[in-house]
Amino acid sequence: MSVLGSGVSRAGLIAGLVMGLAASPAAYADWQMNLSPGATAMTHQVWDLHTAMLIICATIAIGVVVVMGWSIARHRKSRGVKPAEFHESIGVEIAWTVLPFIVLAAIAIPAASTLVSLYDTDAADVHIEITGHQWLWEYRYPDAGVHFYSRLAADSRRAELGVDGTRPRDVAHYLRDVDNPLVVPVHAKIGLSITSADVIHSWWVPELGGKKDAIPGRINKKWFTADKIGTYRGQCAELCGRGHAFMPIVVKVVSKADYLAWLKAQGGHGPAADDLPDAPAAPADFDALAARDTLSRDEAMTLGKHVYNGLCSACHQRDGSGLAAAGYPALTGSDVATGPIAAHIDQVIYGKNAMPAFGGQLSDAEIAAVVTYERNALGNAVGDEATLDQVEDLR
Amino acid sequence: MSAGGHSIRGWRRWLWLANHKDAGTAYLVLAATMFLVGSSLSLIIRSELFVPGIQVVDPSVYNQIVTLHGLIMIFGGIMAAFVGFANMMLPVMIGAGGLWARRASGPVFWMLPVAFAALLVTPFIGGAPQTGWTMYPPLIMQTGPALPVFIAAVCLTTASGFLSSANILATIVRRRAPGMAMLRMPLFAWTWVVTAFLIMAVMPVLAGTMLMLGADRYLGTGFFGGPDGSALLYQHLFWTFGHPEVYIMVLPAFGLVSTIIPSFARKRLFGYTSMVYATLSIGLLSFIVWSHHMFTTGQPLAAEMFFMFSTMIISVPTGVKVFNWVATMWRGAMTFETPMLFATAFVVMFMTGGFSGLMSSLAPVDFQYHDTYFVVAHFHYVLVPGSLFAMMAALYYWMPKWTGVMYSEVLGQIHFWWSVVTINVLFFPMHFLGLAGMPRRIADYSTQFTDFNQMISIAAGLFFAGQLIFVFNMARSLARRGAPASARPWEGARGLEWIVASPWPHDTFATPPRVEARELAKPD
Repeated sequence: MSVLGSGVSRAGLIAGLVMGLAASPAAYADWQMNLSPGATAMTHQVWDLHTAMLIICATIAIGVVVVMGWSIARHRKSRGVKPAEFHESIGVEIAWTVLPFIVLAAIAIPAASTLVSLYDTDAADVHIEITGHQWLWEYRYPDAGVHFYSRLAADSRRAELGVDGTRPRDVAHYLRDVDNPLVVPVHAKIGLSITSADVIHSWWVPELGGKKDAIPGRINKKWFTADKIGTYRGQCAELCGRGHAFMPIVVKVVSKADYLAWLKAQGGHGPAADDLPDAPAAPADFDALAARDTLSRDEAMTLGKHVYNGLCSACHQRDGSGLAAAGYPALTGSDVATGPIAAHIDQVIYGKNAMPAFGGQLSDAEIAAVVTYERNALGNAVGDEATLDQVEDLR
Repeated sequence: MSAGGHSIRGWRRWLWLANHKDAGTAYLVLAATMFLVGSSLSLIIRSELFVPGIQVVDPSVYNQIVTLHGLIMIFGGIMAAFVGFANMMLPVMIGAGGLWARRASGPVFWMLPVAFAALLVTPFIGGAPQTGWTMYPPLIMQTGPALPVFIAAVCLTTASGFLSSANILATIVRRRAPGMAMLRMPLFAWTWVVTAFLIMAVMPVLAGTMLMLGADRYLGTGFFGGPDGSALLYQHLFWTFGHPEVYIMVLPAFGLVSTIIPSFARKRLFGYTSMVYATLSIGLLSFIVWSHHMFTTGQPLAAEMFFMFSTMIISVPTGVKVFNWVATMWRGAMTFETPMLFATAFVVMFMTGGFSGLMSSLAPVDFQYHDTYFVVAHFHYVLVPGSLFAMMAALYYWMPKWTGVMYSEVLGQIHFWWSVVTINVLFFPMHFLGLAGMPRRIADYSTQFTDFNQMISIAAGLFFAGQLIFVFNMARSLARRGAPASARPWEGARGLEWIVASPWPHDTFATPPRVEARELAKPD
């Protein structure tokens, strides 16, 4: 149906107008005017940013409109005023260049921090590979051996085509329902690897986070951790041809037990129940850990990873592979990270060549933790731990 | 040689368009026609979206209409109109007898009707691309036999845009009257210096990108697909063109408003020099923000950060402009004839569109806004109550000069109030739809979006109908009905166009005028 003329039907237009007027009262109940805070910690963060920026913008806009409105009311020729002569002020120009700059910097910092968190796709509990097709989604759980396709639900399709007089308002979740929803466990970090088999699509469930494009020949990563059991609905967000409006996404967030049962019913082999978290992971209080006198091994690894990713990974990279071309050595299998522990601690405290001395900016606990982390992660498994006493002795 | 080229008579006059006023008229008539075509397409879109379900057009046709609506409005409406205003007004505003290359205007102009006719024919020869105006591969590769026609049409508009901009830039640089220093020009000339530079920089990028698409399809290359190609490469190239294009469509509006507000405030433009520098910095920054259109494509973290910060920074010079306009009004002696009403509404509603843009600059939040009606609201606020309102202000402002008669002020006021109400009912609820999760470019939607869509569709019809008042009012002026206009019908208006009679003669400034200080945007 490529000819415009044949697609435009006057009767259809009139029928649509009549149907619309008849349908309107029922639909009012579902009004939503603002972004949903969503069902994950990250969507809450994003909602906070959205709200903060909205307030900033609204405040400035109201300020401008009030000043302008005052001027419109007062500075009128009809009131007999004489126009002023001023037409320049360097001071004012500098002020309204610099002030917005400061406001923007204040919002840019939390935004950047949220962005960094959203990009941290490491260490997911459940991996799902998503492939967009014209016009359906394909889901694969590579670790569990589960694979299925997810299409627009049949009743939505009937309503869209008007089969047997079915109308969109007769159908629950018109265009937002599928035959086979994606099922994930609550509280678990779900890692998504998103690609496409044909054209560009975009996978989006607003309450579980922003969209990520499905691009052929490319794998994009995204993660979410749902805090609440429930059914979350979204749809393809990148124009992908005739069926673009008709490839919804439904994610059922279920309990750990229900998830394992569902995997089994799908013929998959589930992970051991211990591999999935039972409750939301308590966010580590890094400041408290950094001030401690002793650290357990788990605490040292947690704090060490935090310090490493914040400071060391800029040069040595997150996986410890370094950047040989820039002269930043790998830590994986390196002489320092696998050799005598005292030399390792010493180098973190005092630096060496291009490496800065971190002794001044890190606490004993942080130094011990990052050394322990570097020796027992990043592909290293030396097994030993740096103690706070060792650090103190070397200072 | 006759300065305005009026020795060319009959149909050849309209072929060569050697007189800049003829050229300006041709562009403005074309733009008006394309606005009519483009908004008719949008009315089909709004009819289909009036209720859930498919009633009016098949989704494949819907997608084609979305593509054509965007391209026709951008290249045929906004850009053609701004080139029209530049041809019509700039030579007179800077005291030139005509454009730098007079007879180039005709051939350069006539490329455009050919291109738009070709674009509008594509649905009937196998289908226009179903991609929207961004024309992303691989989807565009599913276009049928109309693809080469489509590519040729887009390339033709880029060639025309490049050449007309070169002519305008050369006119500003080479044809200014003695005494009209660059830093004394009207702001409209300055915004066109930057616009012309942007157009000349990015039109070749778009043309090249389109030819690469064609090569992928017909020459077996693999720029944007296959084992060695990348669909993302296309997006980077497209937005290298596409983001400066955004400013191409709004900088001349800044110039128009910066000319009109001082006239009706009876006070000089506040911060002329900083307005010039703000325009220049917006022009330069517009080249380093393109990837904010691609936040969801999975770019590396560092790229997301860079484009988030650069995008936030571009709002600073834009804010400076808004503040300067308000400061221009401050302690003026204002009257609110129709041009001033539209210019004032421009400032407020352009600012609204600017703020939703600033909100979208925050990459983690844009993951939610991207490709939803929030973005549709954003760019329509910038382009319709933004650029289009500035153009309406300019038409009301200069029509007395062109025709020698005053338009009907009563009808002008009715047109303004009708438009400003309906346009906000039309575009503001789109923010809500986008935040509630309605993606853009969908032919059908889930039932919870019904109410706002109905409100929007009705307002679209009402806004469109209200423009008939405007068409009637302008037609009345063109028919020379109305009170005679003096040479300077606006008490506070400055500029060389007001020292010639109304209606202005077909040829102006065959010998350069003596530039009087009070007619300069910045006399000292």
